[in-house]
Amino acid sequence: MSLQFNNEQMTEFNRLVAHYPEGKQKSALLPVLHLAQDNFGGWLPTEAMDYVASLLKIEPIEVYEVATFYSMYNLKPVGKFVFEVCKTGPCMVSGSDNIIAYIQKQLDIQPGETTKDGMFTLKLVECLGACGYAPMMQVGKIYREHLTKEKVDAIIAEYRMQVVAQN
Amino acid sequence: MGVKLLLEKANVPGIRTYDVYRREGGYVAAEKALKEMSIESIVEEVKKSGLRGRGGAGFPAGMKWSFIAKPEGVPRHLVCNADESEPGTFKDRYLMEFLPHLLLEGLLISSFALGSNDTYIYIRGEYAWVADILEEAIIEATKNGWLGKNILGTGFDCMVHVHRGAGAYICGEETALIESLEGKRGNPRIKPPFPAIQGLWMRPTVVNNVETLAAIVPIIKMGGEEYAKIGVGRSTGTKLISACGNINKPGVYEIDMTISVEDFIYSDEYCGGIANGKKLKACIPGGSSVPILPANLLLKTAKGETRYMNYESLSDGGFATGSMMGSGGFIVLDEDQCIVKNTLTLARFYRHESCGQCSPCREGTGWMEKILQKIELGKGETSDIDLLWDIQRKIEGNTICPLGDAAAWPVAAAIRHFRDEFEWHIQNRELSQTSNFGLQHYADPIHVPA
Repeated sequence: MSLQFNNEQMTEFNRLVAHYPEGKQKSALLPVLHLAQDNFGGWLPTEAMDYVASLLKIEPIEVYEVATFYSMYNLKPVGKFVFEVCKTGPCMVSGSDNIIAYIQKQLDIQPGETTKDGMFTLKLVECLGACGYAPMMQVGKIYREHLTKEKVDAIIAEYRMQVVAQN
Repeated sequence: MGVKLLLEKANVPGIRTYDVYRREGGYVAAEKALKEMSIESIVEEVKKSGLRGRGGAGFPAGMKWSFIAKPEGVPRHLVCNADESEPGTFKDRYLMEFLPHLLLEGLLISSFALGSNDTYIYIRGEYAWVADILEEAIIEATKNGWLGKNILGTGFDCMVHVHRGAGAYICGEETALIESLEGKRGNPRIKPPFPAIQGLWMRPTVVNNVETLAAIVPIIKMGGEEYAKIGVGRSTGTKLISACGNINKPGVYEIDMTISVEDFIYSDEYCGGIANGKKLKACIPGGSSVPILPANLLLKTAKGETRYMNYESLSDGGFATGSMMGSGGFIVLDEDQCIVKNTLTLARFYRHESCGQCSPCREGTGWMEKILQKIELGKGETSDIDLLWDIQRKIEGNTICPLGDAAAWPVAAAIRHFRDEFEWHIQNRELSQTSNFGLQHYADPIHVPA
């Protein structure tokens, strides 16, 4: 199977590259990797990184070194929903440790792991800029804030419902 | 109480949209700047205002602008630093999420003053929905003639581009940000040369924080001199403080920098006091990188004078007995918080975020984290405290960028002010696993207002 952008994604790719001066298309690398990751199942296999390199006319190593540096890029498969829970100072002070432990218990996974049904991945991340609304996590584009054990249960149920509704 | 220069209209329904923003007086300052003012006079107003960089370093913005080189035929760039990743800080997010056009107006005026035809907003990757809000606002502004070619018939072209990062605290440092904008790993560059001479793609570049650029709008509207009348000393204008931790009302507050720290924590207008009836133990007033202060040194300086929420007062006493305004990320810890655990959590953050270029930072952050973990888990030795002190001392000042210092300062401050808490962990291995050190070590009672 070969990973490639479809027409819609190529249009977005061209829009991203157009932000930068002629010959500086390498600047689009970070946004393009987001585009690739979002559309290739939430992670970046080597094949995807090589593809991005060819599109931007740079060497694969230039993509590998960026993909391994920035924490938002997943280099291993992830579940449908990635729970990125903040564990930094201000969240810790507001009780994030308890929430993390609770999520681990409810989903029966360790940080970095994915549930057996492929639904949820738990990823511990650093400060997300929501310290006043702690404890919290990011799922996809949105921040789920003011977490309590009840809220966590409700969120897990909500995503399960979403998948059921889609099928 | 207190003038609101930035957040005045934040609660007006629909203020995020161009139509409402324009109706409420938006883009009036931009029109004034582009049509009635010269570039020199705009820079002069910013200098007169005394505006200091609101990202954390507090460097005078007007002075930074005046450094930009203007070689013939070389494009210049303004870059907006929206990488906000300093733990405790979430004020830029608030500004961009609710007042995107305020930022755009500030960017337009600043781009005009600096001669930047292509201005970039480097926004942290995690603020994905905020990037969407900014893109929408840019489309609206362009449609209404405020961005694009020949703006207001002045002959000035300007496009604002949103560029998303992908998760790296270090990219908040201006040279690492530039490297990241060029599509590379966020490794800071050695300065000099400064970005004003050789920045983005080696072109003259000015990097400013979101709040700094938003403040340009009220400065142009009211004039630099009027802006400088608000506040005190070299802390002019207003500051956004993002308050969090164990307080009743966490959130973003715009303050006049003449209020006292005590007022800020206990008044209902701001933090509303410590939550759950607990007592104040400590506070990190400016984002995790600045020294933590115990309650008795937070509310009053070492000389016994009231401490105020401004640059000079928060720095009173240097690092021996003071702290810094920093980014304005105000983190409050109550009596149940463990200072050792807090320091460990922050050390882990810096170790994770170190780019790895400089040996003292790359090795030192990991080493400090391991030692703090030992102490926190009840396996520490007395010599560990002095070892920690030694490591942080060897990182500070020996790195290309300030992340090394930022990693060292919290450890230094924790040991300096809470050494007995560390010793208690080491001497009471089992007890420290189940109990709290609390407020034991204060010789003077902590002042709680009546």
